[in-house]
Amino acid sequence: MERPLTEHIKPDGSPLSLKEYEQAGGYEALRKALQGMGPHDIQSVVRDSGLRGRGGAGFNTGMKWSFVPMGNDAPSPKYLVANADEMEPGTFKDRLLMEGNPHQLLEGMILAAYAIQATVSYIFLRHEYTRSEEVLRRALGEAAEQGYIGKKILGSGYDLEMYVHVSAGRYMCGEETGLLNALEGKRATPRAKPPFPQVSGLWGKPTIVQNVETLSNIPHIVRKGAQWFKDLSKSADAGTKLYGASGRVKKPGLWELPIGTTVRELLEEHAGGMRDGYRFRGLLPGGASTDFLIEEHLDTPMDFDSVQKAGSRMGTGTMIVLDDRTCPVGMIHNLEHFFAQESCGWCTPCREGLPWTERLLKAIEDGSGQPEDIAQLEAHCKWLSPGMTFCALAPGAVEPLQSGLKYFREDFMRHITEQRCPWR
Amino acid sequence: MPSIIVDGKTYQVQAGTNLLQAVLSLEMNLQYFCWHPALGSVGACRQCAVLQFRDEKDTKGRIVMACMTPASEGTRISITAPDAHAFREHVIAWLMVNHPHDCPVCDEGGECHLQDMTLMSGHNYRNYRFSKRTFRNQDLGPFINHEMNRCIECYRCVRYYRDLAGGNDLNVFAAHDHVYFGRHEDGTLENEFSGNLVEVCPTGVFTDKTLRSHYTRKWDLQTAPSICHHCGVGCNTIPGERYNVLRRILNRYNHDVNGYFLCDRGRFGYEFVNSATRIREPFVRSTRGAPALKSIREDALQQAASIVSSRHVIGIGSPRASLEGNYALRKIVGEGNYYSGLPAVENHLVRRIREILQSGPARSASLREVGEADAILVLGEDLTNSAPMCAFAVRQAILNAPRKAAAKLGIAAWNDAAVREVVQDRYGPLYVASVSSTRLDDVATRTYHGPPDDIARLGFAVAHALEADAPAVEGAGERLSSLAEEIAAALRGAEHPLVISGMSLRSSSIVEAAANVTWALSRAGKEPRISFSVPECNTMGAAFITGKDLEEAFDRARDGAAYTVIILENDLFRRADGVAVEEFLGNCENVIVLDCIDHATFAKADVGLPVSSFAEGDGTLINNEGRMQRFFQAMNPDPLIQEAWRWLRDITVHGGADGVSSWECLDDVTGEMNAAIPGFGERAAHVSPPASFRIYGKKGARQPHRYSGRTAMNADKTIHEPPPPPDPDSPLRFSMEGYHDGGDPAIIPMFWAPGWNSQQAINKFQQEVGGPLRGGDPGVRLLEPDGGPTPSFFVSGPGAFRRRNGEWLALPIYHIFGSEELSSHAFALSQRIPLPYVALSVGDAGSLGLGQDEEAAVEVNERVYRLPTKIKKDMPDGTVGIPVGLNGLEGLVTPAWCRVRKEGAR
Repeated sequence: MERPLTEHIKPDGSPLSLKEYEQAGGYEALRKALQGMGPHDIQSVVRDSGLRGRGGAGFNTGMKWSFVPMGNDAPSPKYLVANADEMEPGTFKDRLLMEGNPHQLLEGMILAAYAIQATVSYIFLRHEYTRSEEVLRRALGEAAEQGYIGKKILGSGYDLEMYVHVSAGRYMCGEETGLLNALEGKRATPRAKPPFPQVSGLWGKPTIVQNVETLSNIPHIVRKGAQWFKDLSKSADAGTKLYGASGRVKKPGLWELPIGTTVRELLEEHAGGMRDGYRFRGLLPGGASTDFLIEEHLDTPMDFDSVQKAGSRMGTGTMIVLDDRTCPVGMIHNLEHFFAQESCGWCTPCREGLPWTERLLKAIEDGSGQPEDIAQLEAHCKWLSPGMTFCALAPGAVEPLQSGLKYFREDFMRHITEQRCPWR
Repeated sequence: MPSIIVDGKTYQVQAGTNLLQAVLSLEMNLQYFCWHPALGSVGACRQCAVLQFRDEKDTKGRIVMACMTPASEGTRISITAPDAHAFREHVIAWLMVNHPHDCPVCDEGGECHLQDMTLMSGHNYRNYRFSKRTFRNQDLGPFINHEMNRCIECYRCVRYYRDLAGGNDLNVFAAHDHVYFGRHEDGTLENEFSGNLVEVCPTGVFTDKTLRSHYTRKWDLQTAPSICHHCGVGCNTIPGERYNVLRRILNRYNHDVNGYFLCDRGRFGYEFVNSATRIREPFVRSTRGAPALKSIREDALQQAASIVSSRHVIGIGSPRASLEGNYALRKIVGEGNYYSGLPAVENHLVRRIREILQSGPARSASLREVGEADAILVLGEDLTNSAPMCAFAVRQAILNAPRKAAAKLGIAAWNDAAVREVVQDRYGPLYVASVSSTRLDDVATRTYHGPPDDIARLGFAVAHALEADAPAVEGAGERLSSLAEEIAAALRGAEHPLVISGMSLRSSSIVEAAANVTWALSRAGKEPRISFSVPECNTMGAAFITGKDLEEAFDRARDGAAYTVIILENDLFRRADGVAVEEFLGNCENVIVLDCIDHATFAKADVGLPVSSFAEGDGTLINNEGRMQRFFQAMNPDPLIQEAWRWLRDITVHGGADGVSSWECLDDVTGEMNAAIPGFGERAAHVSPPASFRIYGKKGARQPHRYSGRTAMNADKTIHEPPPPPDPDSPLRFSMEGYHDGGDPAIIPMFWAPGWNSQQAINKFQQEVGGPLRGGDPGVRLLEPDGGPTPSFFVSGPGAFRRRNGEWLALPIYHIFGSEELSSHAFALSQRIPLPYVALSVGDAGSLGLGQDEEAAVEVNERVYRLPTKIKKDMPDGTVGIPVGLNGLEGLVTPAWCRVRKEGAR
């Protein structure tokens, strides 16, 4: 089983140096691209590979690039931004890639930038990822010194500047348009689409924002081809995926596996099953902003379409497992507290609705819940769905709530009828 | 025109609009908060949700925000669908989570957009059972009250203040449900257009602090359509009165003039009407300098009449008095004895401006057209301080050029955030030539600072760069020529080039240079527009009701004959050198002054007569564009106060003379005036419907339907309800009975429509949202190009400024607060007036040994003014700046050569 993204990452977690990366075949893809492939060739191979964005939305990456205006009439400069603002609760996959193999990300960025003919690129990094920052800055220095970044890369006519930008830190910055505003030094509020960033992004110029894991796949696709990438997978979606598990499992962790590996395999084989004395109740498959899956969904393959069919989203592919000794209402309250706090305050439903759900959940958890609170929570789930709010934050935020109300309804009712939390 | 389907019916809508604009223009009701016609859409509040269907087979639909969805051909929506209605109701429920529900004690109550939208949504039951968040409010200065707890976070305030008004001291802080709109610390909002926050805010976060000091609900205000009297732009306003106190000014939408906004001078200057400096009773003095004795009306009239009938009478009119007042004065004293009240330099300038606007081919730009320009040259004006709303329009215009990039990307003009994202901080060409820095410099492509002659030379050089036939500037030099070339290229490359100049520096060369630039542009095949700023509300009126120069009156009074002078609404000490005015008044045997406020000239009057302020009388003005506009009285004052033309009529009639005795009402005066004054004529009659105008047999009502206390407010005097005071002058009544929908756009006393109690009711009075008023925007343009050949260029460009040894050229510096006479008496506004000072360049301050704030002696015509220095790095060497109109600077008229020394030095 191939693990292109992580195979070279050292067990002690120390980053691959430029030399080590090159020995493992690093920057060969870049050489190949600059010496014989045009930007459209890169776009084609990436589109043909079927690579879908690993940040959660799962949009075809090559397709996304094809919307960028090309040619001499295109606005300039164009920008490429690596979304390294990994703030989804329970998610820590990009961190591994950045800390363990920073050049893989850089090479992916250079290739992606080349494909859209961007001349300036940014890594928008989560504030708390101080080790990633250190590693990336060092790698950036090495790459620049070696001529992979800067003027006339590898003797070609292609120039690319690259900067590490450390976020001031808000969940909202992970949303691509919020990220762009933050990068411009504005409040991290989202922007309406259209226009899409491919047309009017950073400082109003064509921009591609791409997740770290997505970008890290690019060098391998360019080097080994679209078919190779497709063959990595077990399902309709191509490639491998970094899957993670946290919660009361025996071996919480992160694994690179063929995309389409089932939830059960992840949970039982890789995470080692539940810890002794704990029973499985459900899990959030792709971070905090995805719907719960329960026992009956365990054989779902973890790919974008299958998880959606099961009523949730693959999201970041890093699951949070709920056990029987943890109060589901408490867990959801914890999550809604997070989301309410991280709402940027731009649109009404999210700004006012999430704190309302948070207070209702707190009341229920504290033993002062009222029967009509359930209806109020359900109304919020309905009115905070996509299209009603400005961006995807609130619809994501109510996913654990709406599925929690469905799967753990009895637990909610017990809180209200007993006027206490049965777990306390 | 695309057609859209709303709830099963097909409608034609304007192309390029969004659904919210479209349905509001169709006069449907749909709730909104964050959208504002002047601000565009950002989709933040989610209030304007409608259900959109893919096609006729789609019955489920999906919720979209009307403000963010284009009204394109075939768009199919439902406003009334249960889901759309339920969602909108829920949005209100969310907004009400933290709203304090303090309507009974909130200044916005009764004209609150949030109240209106809440009612419209149907939300009436509170389900939220937790505590509300609270904020600390800020002291934002004398104009604006801050009450953040009421905030519904629509973001309009910061978008207005920063994006439109160009302010930077109002911002949004914090996040999630703790978003806070205010300043970084307590303090006066610095922007000159801060007052619009009162109308932009959909609820009571930003309210009018001056109104608060004499608070009245909107429904209890008697209002009338009016014209701002505090500069030459002529913004349309709505003054509101109760118990004979003028309570506040609101914007009155005029698509061609001020649109949705006013400047702070215009909004807060009204308090002079209530001030202690008001003249409310006639008075007489036994001898000059004796104390003024209050007089009963008949006695004062008798005395005035006897003076007038027995002596040589001359009349001095005023650029801040109505056309009717000036006309009446000219009529009773005779044309040969009438002086316009302007010193020669201004009197000639305003006529020169009229000639230029009338000869064309450059058209006099309305304020709306200023906002449509895509390349602007400002010659010699500090617009923010001399014609504030013109500066505001310029600030909008400079985005026109960069906005084209957004249009090219297919981004609709209403998609505000997206357009601004593409525009970033790019501005179209704006060149500002002024004496020293202006508040538009931050957005100017390039600025030029110099004395008036050098500014004029720049203008002449631009004209020459555009058209070789235009006279060249001798000894222009590399710096001036290359700047002129750059400006010429920018104007030539524009679709709607605009030149703005004016009278501020009292330089005919500058005005002529501006004309040359437009003529050169015309010959180069462009269709330029031109705008001249004039200092006062009826300065342009002096170009029509012509009179002699003030200096000629001064000269005449020296001839030994015994003269009586009637001075109409004019403080001569603001017009001419103080020594000359003193001498003139001394030479006149009798001085009769008519005015609404007390001033230095009034102090010399033998007979003083109280004239109505703009709020107490009707009249007509001509603004800088050449637009004739009517203002109507909002309050019914003490019977001792009346319009100037009535006083002048009464004096004449008392003296037994004839000719004006037939003047019963305003229409009698205007009818005669329109026939007598060249340039008025028949079209001037369209400025307003006559007093006989009726709709369904009714006059318009100045009081809202819900006006309270009609039977009680006079009960302390009489229990009988008096009939409403008569109003022979206008088609409006001082009553709640009458027609309430305006009927004619010139006589809309308030914007109100069922369900729309706030100013947002304006939507219901427009042809389409943000467009002209139904029936056309009020005002009559008197100055259209006559279609003749392009005039030949002015040739007499000045030489370069030469500084003098030991003398400085004193130049006027204008202040939005303080330079205008009437508003300076307004209580809140007076707190914003700077103290007098003299501005010096760094070099001159150094050579005079003067430091910042040290006292300088400025000597003009043998008068010495002791003033603290203000060192301005962009003040041209050899000049000093003197603030216009500030207390203590009366009689110091600029430009003038002066001597400056350090106080104490010899």
